[in-house]
Amino acid sequence: MTISARPPTWTGRLRGRAVHAFPSDTLLPERQPVYVASWIYVFGVLTLAAFLVVLGSGVVLAVAGPQWWHRSSAGHFVNSLHLWSVELFMAFMVVHLWGKFWMAAWRGRRAMTWVTGAVCFLGSIGTAFTGYLVQSNFDSQQISTQAKDGLNSVGIGAFFNVLNFGQMLMWHIVLLPLAVGIVVVVHVLQVRRRGVVPPFDVLPVDQPPERIQL
Amino acid sequence: MTMLRTPPAPTAPQHDDGKWHGRTREYDLVKEFVIALVVVALLTTALAAIFSSPDIKQVTLATWSRSAPDDFVATAATELDGTSGTASYGAPYTHTAGAAQKLGPVSLQHLAGVTQPVDTVNDFVVNPLDSIPADPTLGIALGAWHAATAAQQQTWATDYDTALAKAPTTRPTDSTFGPVPTMLDRLLHLAQAGGLDGALLLQGQFFQTDYTKSLLFIADGTFLADKAAGEHLAGDQWGMMNETGGYPGQAWLWLYTFWYQVPPFSTSDNADALVWGVMALLSLGLVCIPFIPGIRSIPRWIPVHRLIWRNYYRQDNRPGGM
Repeated sequence: MTISARPPTWTGRLRGRAVHAFPSDTLLPERQPVYVASWIYVFGVLTLAAFLVVLGSGVVLAVAGPQWWHRSSAGHFVNSLHLWSVELFMAFMVVHLWGKFWMAAWRGRRAMTWVTGAVCFLGSIGTAFTGYLVQSNFDSQQISTQAKDGLNSVGIGAFFNVLNFGQMLMWHIVLLPLAVGIVVVVHVLQVRRRGVVPPFDVLPVDQPPERIQL
Repeated sequence: MTMLRTPPAPTAPQHDDGKWHGRTREYDLVKEFVIALVVVALLTTALAAIFSSPDIKQVTLATWSRSAPDDFVATAATELDGTSGTASYGAPYTHTAGAAQKLGPVSLQHLAGVTQPVDTVNDFVVNPLDSIPADPTLGIALGAWHAATAAQQQTWATDYDTALAKAPTTRPTDSTFGPVPTMLDRLLHLAQAGGLDGALLLQGQFFQTDYTKSLLFIADGTFLADKAAGEHLAGDQWGMMNETGGYPGQAWLWLYTFWYQVPPFSTSDNADALVWGVMALLSLGLVCIPFIPGIRSIPRWIPVHRLIWRNYYRQDNRPGGM
């Protein structure tokens, strides 16, 4: 009699695949390769930390409403936290991105790690842009009336109206953070699954990625 | 999806899983994250406390018409004769033929269609005036406007706009312009009293969050643009990446803004579409770097990695090394 190792339920199969892909010592390892010894590695975790501060300050602004920061000194301070955390988030991410480029961090089946990171960068630019649109002050008036021409010229403006405050607010506080958040989670899981890319003498740089696993 | 398998390099130890199988060292990821979170939170708090954030009050139709009444009336005249930026914009606001930008032979702007229709004559001028009660003089003027043919309306509006352009600070009142002088005079008073802000925003609704028409009207004038230039926000000042008051803005948009400053983009009628086309290609290229021969080899040709991994290269830590 043979006993099938395949679980009978969808739940069991999902658990099996998750545990297989992310055993605990892969998901949260206590050791790293010896070459993980440079300040450049700090910028990945700094980006992640700044992302949480962005989300936290944004949540406070969302709870109090979009006009709160104009009439309250506490609200203005929280808006300042949101602004500066975004500036730090983008700065850390750019350094992280350049670091990974010079490491050719897509080597060794890590192409999707690069792809999700680049998508996260582009998504973050879009999210920050909508944030500037919903400040509901002079800056947002000028940025929205200038930006509409670019978006309209390629047809995007027909559906994504930067002059529509309500639509932009929804994109900024719901849709784009959700999308970027999901991509960030996938990106971090890819990093954990594949590990930190080794130096060049261990993995050559020129060959195309061996296999892309979504 | 499976692609070509990497051939083994002659001198480097290879591993099918692409992972490191050499020496390791203790590394506390959770502790690193907690420290990073505390450091970033403190740094953010310090920056917010020291530098705060800008909040320059918005321009309303009321503040514009009070501060620059001549500019307001001149803009309203162009809305009435159909020569304003919005009236002749094309998709997604108007059906103006030939106005849409093209990317090569294709006009995505035109293909996307008019999804937010704006009739500058009625939306910006006539309908708000129609809502003003108990003004017999205005009633007569609007009666004359509605009774006239479209050609007559166009003639009045064009003649008035032409006369105003010749003498911007002297608003014509001559009867040869029909009801236009009275209409624009009342529109100015409505705007100065704050009524036009509400009329353009609400558009027959009670709850409203769409400022498209208000912003288009304001942006058609020179008041907003002049104020923006004073804050280094104009297009030729790399304005899209700037912020008011000298604060850091969207510095990450530098490349997008850069293209607008140089030919052929700076001189093209299709500048926006061309810049968006270039940025779409570059963004796709960024995402696809691992798959682009040559580009993916740059890190080997310019060995910045030797700086990043200098400790590793100083010692023989490779798999099998001592």
